[in-house]
Amino acid sequence: MTRTAESTFIASIDNIPQMVAFVSDAATAAGVHPRRVMHLELATEEAVTNICSYAYEVPPGRLSIRVSRSADTLRVEFIDNGVPFDPLAADAPDLQADLENREVGGLGIFLIRRLLDEVHYHRRDDQNILSLVIKHDPA
Amino acid sequence: MKIASYHEKGFLVIKVEGRMDIATSPEFEKNCAALTEQGNQNVVLDFSDLEYISSAGLRSILAIAKKLKSTGGSLSLCALTGLVKEVFDLSGFDNFLPIYTDAEHALAGDGK
Repeated sequence: MTRTAESTFIASIDNIPQMVAFVSDAATAAGVHPRRVMHLELATEEAVTNICSYAYEVPPGRLSIRVSRSADTLRVEFIDNGVPFDPLAADAPDLQADLENREVGGLGIFLIRRLLDEVHYHRRDDQNILSLVIKHDPA
Repeated sequence: MKIASYHEKGFLVIKVEGRMDIATSPEFEKNCAALTEQGNQNVVLDFSDLEYISSAGLRSILAIAKKLKSTGGSLSLCALTGLVKEVFDLSGFDNFLPIYTDAEHALAGDGK
């Protein structure tokens, strides 16, 4: 894995477009196909929305985003010092629900799981580390 | 994000351009609420120039669909492309929202 980009943001909802743009630019620079860049943008928005909303008991803290690549994968890691928070533990949404009963909770993580190739969560050294991985399309 | 609207064949068509994300969805929802405040309206969202939608956008669409239904109106979508189509295909919103290939079919309301 070669690190290609890293940046730290204030974990506030207002900064989310900046974080999405950071990942998008890094993925584009790494030669990721535009369709997969869109998947990463969506996954980033969903991941950082969770972190900015829940990870800090007294918001806002800091959120680091680290992008690295290997020959055939691109990995994006989101690292925060907030309370332990595993977004992957959320219940899957009920996709069959009708309009009255439909809720959107859990849909963000569901979309991440479906659009990306791998998602991992680790708690290490008082940090939450969420990793998103896509297989790099051959150019 | 740009929002434009027009009336045709008894429908209110709202065309949304750009990105519907956590930053822009509140604005979209506010605009839709203003356009449909008298209730009892049949609304078509034309997404032909929408390039991105996240769960924040889905949340707004769900809120608008519920509000329209409660006032005797309806909501349908048309012309989904790219990521927007992928997100709708995955999220199961077609269980409760009619989705048409283009505005013409949505205004005819006659199948997909």
